[in-house]
Amino acid sequence: MTQLILEQALNGLQFGLMLFLLAAGLTLVFGIMDCINLAHGSLYMVGAYFVAAAAQAADSFWLGLGAGVAGTALLGLLLELSLFRRLYQRDHLAQVLATFALILIANEAVRVIWGPASLLLNPPEALAGPVEFALFGEPFFYPAYRLLIIAVGLAVGGLLYLLVARSRVGMWVRAGAANREMTEALGINVRALFTAVFVFGAALCALAGGLLGPLLAVQVGMGESVLILAFVVIIIGGIGSIRGALVGALIVGSVDTLGRALLPTLLRALLPADAAATLGPALASILIYLLMAGILFFKPQGLFPARA
Amino acid sequence: MAFYRPASWQKPLAVFTLTLLLALPTLLQALDQSFYTGFATRVLIFALAATSLNLVLGFGGMVSLGHAAFFGAGAYVAAICQQAGLGEALLVLPLAMLGAGLLALAVGAISLRTRGVYFIMITLAFAQMVYYLFISARAWGGDDGLPLYERLRFAGVSLADDAALYYLALGALAVTMLLLGRLAEARFGRTIQAIRENETRMEALGYPVFRHRLVCFALGGALAGLAGALLANLTGLASPALLQWTQSGTLLVMVIIGGVGYLYGGVVGAVVLLLLEELLLGVFAHWHIALGLLLLAVVLFAPKGVAALFGKRHD
Repeated sequence: MTQLILEQALNGLQFGLMLFLLAAGLTLVFGIMDCINLAHGSLYMVGAYFVAAAAQAADSFWLGLGAGVAGTALLGLLLELSLFRRLYQRDHLAQVLATFALILIANEAVRVIWGPASLLLNPPEALAGPVEFALFGEPFFYPAYRLLIIAVGLAVGGLLYLLVARSRVGMWVRAGAANREMTEALGINVRALFTAVFVFGAALCALAGGLLGPLLAVQVGMGESVLILAFVVIIIGGIGSIRGALVGALIVGSVDTLGRALLPTLLRALLPADAAATLGPALASILIYLLMAGILFFKPQGLFPARA
Repeated sequence: MAFYRPASWQKPLAVFTLTLLLALPTLLQALDQSFYTGFATRVLIFALAATSLNLVLGFGGMVSLGHAAFFGAGAYVAAICQQAGLGEALLVLPLAMLGAGLLALAVGAISLRTRGVYFIMITLAFAQMVYYLFISARAWGGDDGLPLYERLRFAGVSLADDAALYYLALGALAVTMLLLGRLAEARFGRTIQAIRENETRMEALGYPVFRHRLVCFALGGALAGLAGALLANLTGLASPALLQWTQSGTLLVMVIIGGVGYLYGGVVGAVVLLLLEELLLGVFAHWHIALGLLLLAVVLFAPKGVAALFGKRHD
């Protein structure tokens, strides 16, 4: 039981960190530009496809990851310059519609280029097996690749936090999220800053997509489910707040993973078997939405509002 | 935006279109194209669903990204009623409206505490909850959805014939449009439009803002439920796909293409989108790319939608 809980807790941490990579870009775009980007999940999908295709071509996971992230960043740059720039001044409805259109285009374009079947992405061979730990004198196995994801997630998350919380550029970004007009009045080129943040967010999407590629299927529609989770994260954390995104991502990642793993067992102890079998999976999959509704009910601005 | 006021030509045009639509099944039969009666029914049903969202979005000013929950809930209520042996449309359709309306009332009561993007996201979250609840409920078919083996009867008359169902959908849409047209110019309609324009002022004038919004939201949900129940009868399946958030997106797209806040915006949008789908699918398998580009063009160059290209709103 301890082993199961530990394993699921690590899985939850890993999932939460990947959600953080996605949510970080989203919350900044959302917070600073006040722009709803439903196509953020499409950048994640396209990033995963880029990484998988490049990894196949170069026959190396790491080369593929680098090339895929760079390619997605370039795509993000083109999108920002051509489309998003025109959307910042528009209302939320126009943003929802335009980025919904981007989702349609991205899904269909991926289907045209790579076909409807999912793409295979292998983890680097050195990390394919499990790692053994000693836990209270008992052996405990955990996949090495998942450990790598946790390590990368922690490193990138830490860097991002330092960048936003401690650097000068980060200060501009935070200032932009808190009050855009005032920041502009103080002589910061907010437009160039927007572009940089958007491109950076796109690169983080591709990083998360590429890292999760070997664990999940690289397929059309993978962006939509994760997009909704990323939105839940930034709503819980408070729009525009990096700290909120980190806390929200870890909460959502662990609640979702642990809920799916443990809730059915837990309910079986409390309820008759057939009721538990029906209720368990249902409750597990809506747990994070319940959490979000609950948090919004008591704190309509999220846990760490940026415009406090 | 300003208050809704119908253009002088709107009523004659509506009556003229209704006459044409009444003759459509006979016409299609004479041309030996009865297959299209089903398609026309689908368009009418989506027109009703998009109109219900337009009430919430265009008149109430609430950008909801969870409307599919009520649409799908209506479909499931119809299917569940059939399982329980209820087959009378005069009973099942009001039940579907009641079910979807009560769901919307509950969702709205919580969601309407929030504003702006938070409202968009919390409605989305509730719709996702409903979606996951239905796909994990094995008694209701889970992933596969709940089939309807038999269509409803209307006052004892079977709707198994495509034309009969078409007339029921047409009747539902016509009555809805008539009532909504009256509502938009009535006291309640004026109030919710005024709240959309300036919430603070209406609050200061002593109007119960929250209650008006909630009633508008629930009414939209109930109408979406009616459309869902009709659609389940057309396709013979209450499918979880109806509850998916992309369905909410599609309805939103219909309203925006048609024209937000124009009485017939939802209808125009549904007709345009479904006709485009039908036409483009024939020539271009990847028609979503074309649709996406079209939507981008609408957002960038015709932000007020198609209906706005024809009509002028009273300012």
